[in-house]
Amino acid sequence: MSDPTVTMASERTPEPGPTAGAGPGRPSRRSVSPARQMLLDLVTRPRFAVPGTLVLLLAVIAVFPGPIAGFFGNGDPLACDLNRSGLPAGEGHPFGFDIQGCDLYAQVIYGARPSITIAVIVTVTSTLVAMALGLVAGYYGGVIDTILGRGIDLFYGFPFMLAAIVILTALGSHGIWAVSGTMAAFCWPTMTRVMRASVLATRKLDYVKAARALGASDLRIMVRHILPNAFAPVLVLASLTVGGIIAGEASLTYLGVGLRAPSISWGVQLNTAQSYFNSNPNLLIYPSLFLCVTVLSFVLVGDAVRDILDPKSR
Amino acid sequence: MTRYILLRVLLALSVALGATFLIFLVVFALPGDPIQALTGGQHVMSASVEAALRERYHLDDSLPLQYLKYMGGLLQGDLGEDFTGRPVSAIIAESWPTTAKLGLTAFALEIVVGIPLGLWAGLRKGRPVDYAVLGGTILAFAVPIFVIGYTAQILFGINLGWFPVAGTEEGWPTSYILPAVVLGILGLATTARLMRTSLVETLSADFIRTAIAKGMPRRRVIVNHAMRNSLIPVVTYLAIDLGGLLGGAVIIEGIFNIPGLGFQIFEGIKQQNGPVVVGISTLLVLIFLAANLVVDVIYGVLDPRIRYE
Repeated sequence: MSDPTVTMASERTPEPGPTAGAGPGRPSRRSVSPARQMLLDLVTRPRFAVPGTLVLLLAVIAVFPGPIAGFFGNGDPLACDLNRSGLPAGEGHPFGFDIQGCDLYAQVIYGARPSITIAVIVTVTSTLVAMALGLVAGYYGGVIDTILGRGIDLFYGFPFMLAAIVILTALGSHGIWAVSGTMAAFCWPTMTRVMRASVLATRKLDYVKAARALGASDLRIMVRHILPNAFAPVLVLASLTVGGIIAGEASLTYLGVGLRAPSISWGVQLNTAQSYFNSNPNLLIYPSLFLCVTVLSFVLVGDAVRDILDPKSR
Repeated sequence: MTRYILLRVLLALSVALGATFLIFLVVFALPGDPIQALTGGQHVMSASVEAALRERYHLDDSLPLQYLKYMGGLLQGDLGEDFTGRPVSAIIAESWPTTAKLGLTAFALEIVVGIPLGLWAGLRKGRPVDYAVLGGTILAFAVPIFVIGYTAQILFGINLGWFPVAGTEEGWPTSYILPAVVLGILGLATTARLMRTSLVETLSADFIRTAIAKGMPRRRVIVNHAMRNSLIPVVTYLAIDLGGLLGGAVIIEGIFNIPGLGFQIFEGIKQQNGPVVVGISTLLVLIFLAANLVVDVIYGVLDPRIRYE
């Protein structure tokens, strides 16, 4: 597949800025390190900046839901009053009330936390596992590689949704960790394959041979020489996966096998709302809207990251 | 080539064995006692009846033994019967046509709409059409399928009244169009994107430049040279996707209340009906693996380099 493109990406001509004084000689840009140049490229392109800001905002909401939920004066998602069940929007309650009579705005804001927590846990663990396993399998090859390859094939044999439903039912637990663990179990195989392919491409490069000739240990070669030049494709895949994980979690929860009622999450809200969508469409609209915007932001950020790290794929 | 195919078949068989065992393991671990569940956990069953039932479903055997007995039955085409005494094969035979109709309709949509969309965008790279298609596909990736599902239900089923909201009473195609569109939308987006990217890549290849330089008409360059070569990854994706589509769609069949394989499996899980879950899952995994095997073989035919890997 694509080889690590660190140098390629840094050689990209920077897009002309709004000042448009882009003559051939811009020494300040040239002297910036490749990594920083890449980051600069990323942050300044609008296709990243807009969804990036949204993602940042969502992160803030996930970490500090209290103040944001309390913006309209009724920030407690569990301050519910059945007398107000399903009432439309009113003073201090911009989205109205859900069936239990809780403030829908506060509920939706608090719903961001589990989605994003699960997305982070799944992405981080599967990326780390994939990097470690891909590195070892790609570097040593042989028996380790074969065993790992067949194991991955095994995971590929299952349709994801089906397997996740069966496992979550069997686990009987519906917490964040159970959901994250189940999803991570199906995320790492693809990433490991990509990492392995990338390591295979890097392993043959001259500087790796040079390092070996100089007597560097396997561990040092892997960590210092191969890893930094081989992880870009996995990073791209990981950033593209985040959105899918959020959507997947919501789907599992919506089906009733993911998070359950005492937890506040978009999937739970949508699961409850489907019985009332005729009389209270708001219950469906607001959580869906937040969910879609979140997934879309992460997908777009992933797209932009791919454009920068892997320019060939455009 | 024979060696390559043989190797692939062996590989698929070993994965099938491992996967079915995993399914068995997980379903075995499903919480609750299926025999007690038959009477709603009321303990009204006499001990001898209970023992007979356990005997009949091999529930007293160890897990590996249960698995062996099951595989033995499977090789003879016997998928066992569920805990209410219905043969699993009958359940599958009943729900399979529904799933096939739904999946094939979605598949046809992916081909008929997805490929032309991708071609259109690829030929007009960087123009508004291209951006519209790209934007549309990103949107299709971003909106979770169940959200698309109930939005379509509300919009086209309830508000506009064009299609039935759920169920399959009105038969094909009326009852199947809406769920098939929703089911196919993700594959459609992927197909369109793949087609576009692949076409753009092929169009910048040397042999295209040569063809143009020789003075070949543009239409022939595009149809005979560019399109043919750029279809390879698209066909690969479509073959894999067909395996997934025929495997039933748990979410879509649930939302639209369509009694296909996905629906049955979800009901089976909820009712702790182990044999149904194992039976259908096994079938699905086998379909999935068969689709992958076909793709592998096609790939070997199309690209001889892969055979010697």
